[in-house]
Amino acid sequence: MSGPSQWRRRQQRLSLTGEICPQCSARLFPPRDVCPHCGGPARIPYALGGRGTVYSFSRIMSAPEGYEAGAPYYVALVALDEGPLVTAQLTDVDPEAVSIGMPVEMVTRLMKRDGDRGLIDYSFKFRPVLERMAG
Amino acid sequence: MAVMRPTLEVGIIGYGAYVPRYRLPASEVNRIWHDGEDAEPITEKAVPGPDEDTVTMSIEAARNALARAAVDPADLGAVWVGSESHPYAVKPTSAIVAEAIGAVPLALGADWQFACKAGTEALQAAVALVGSGMGRYALAIGMDTAQGRPGDALEYTAAAGGAGYIVGAGDESVALLEGSSSRISDMPDFWRRPGAPYPEHAGRFTGDPAYFEHVEAASWGLMQALGYGASDLDYAVFHQPNRRFPQRAALDLGFTREQIAPGMLVDRIGNAYAGSSLLGLSAVLDVARPGQRILHVSFGSGAGSDAFVWHVTERITARRDAAPRTEDYVRRRKEIDYATYARYRGKLQR
Repeated sequence: MSGPSQWRRRQQRLSLTGEICPQCSARLFPPRDVCPHCGGPARIPYALGGRGTVYSFSRIMSAPEGYEAGAPYYVALVALDEGPLVTAQLTDVDPEAVSIGMPVEMVTRLMKRDGDRGLIDYSFKFRPVLERMAG
Repeated sequence: MAVMRPTLEVGIIGYGAYVPRYRLPASEVNRIWHDGEDAEPITEKAVPGPDEDTVTMSIEAARNALARAAVDPADLGAVWVGSESHPYAVKPTSAIVAEAIGAVPLALGADWQFACKAGTEALQAAVALVGSGMGRYALAIGMDTAQGRPGDALEYTAAAGGAGYIVGAGDESVALLEGSSSRISDMPDFWRRPGAPYPEHAGRFTGDPAYFEHVEAASWGLMQALGYGASDLDYAVFHQPNRRFPQRAALDLGFTREQIAPGMLVDRIGNAYAGSSLLGLSAVLDVARPGQRILHVSFGSGAGSDAFVWHVTERITARRDAAPRTEDYVRRRKEIDYATYARYRGKLQR
């Protein structure tokens, strides 16, 4: 990802910030400035909570350029609690543990490094919801 | 100065831990480099996943601290990250963390460096910023993905993890600061030159005089200034490079094993460097009762110690479970072998 693109999308990628439609209250991700539900303008930033479930998933064996180091890895469609369906990598998960309907939560992780000298790209991924055992 | 106190009363209003999921048993290092015949300093250490670094781990700890503090991140006057494993040599970790948690644009940001003391140095600065009235809240994080040369004694223990602390006014605090004391001296015990991938260390020199002299003198100085003996304090947390050092420091200072047990994580997660004593403190805050007092002492090579006495308030009970406890992260473990460790840490590349 180029520097300008990384900068433009920093809030979307670091903190899963989308938009909320002032007409119909739909939550949008990624931000697109026009509500796909009612067609009205929607430019109010909205930080999504980051909780959702796996809607579908695929295992990536042959990764695109720049992502080879992490392969094999999972990409999922995550249905966020607020409604949007988001495409993202899964992380901190064992192959046998991934399933449709699995509850997940957003974490900010390293996506790729641009060689030894370029920028490091960080973005949202999803992991199985952390078990709370103590207490 | 034997004891430092800010002008205004301050304390910890929120804290958050982070430990990555993967564990490398010491027996794996022993198997690869010593035919399994070496003495193992700990049971296992925490290893970051291939998509984790000091930035991503600091972001999660910061989110946990914010969840407990329940304040608007825009009110943070500073975001400071202490580490010896910042992902960039030049480009601040703190600005990426601040952006991710919504603390931009009106804030101070900087990356601190003082070996394993970088996190508590940032905490001292946060106390000073809030305690002088320059900022309403300040976030200080100590976080590391420590480097250990393959086959070196440090490879057993060089681990990953840390914690973040939001400092605010005394009347909002879960733990009030009663006072602190800091010491430094020029010490050739452990260092890493620019561009070198792994640190060098001076063997046993790292214990005496480096660790014990700074940790014990900072502790004595603060305890005497505040009028406390070991029995007046409920818990003690020390920097944990291995099992032996903090245990000896505790005994030298008159503390019992029971007083240090809740904050002793090194056997199960290793030495999280700048995150080590801050993770120990978060583990203690997870179980401490209102009215209890905690001695918390860091150590960083080069060398120095920051010592604090924290007085737990009644707010701890309501805030504690607003975020995962330290133990939740410690118990979340996926054991890996040396080959997977070598891949995850970038020692093997396709």
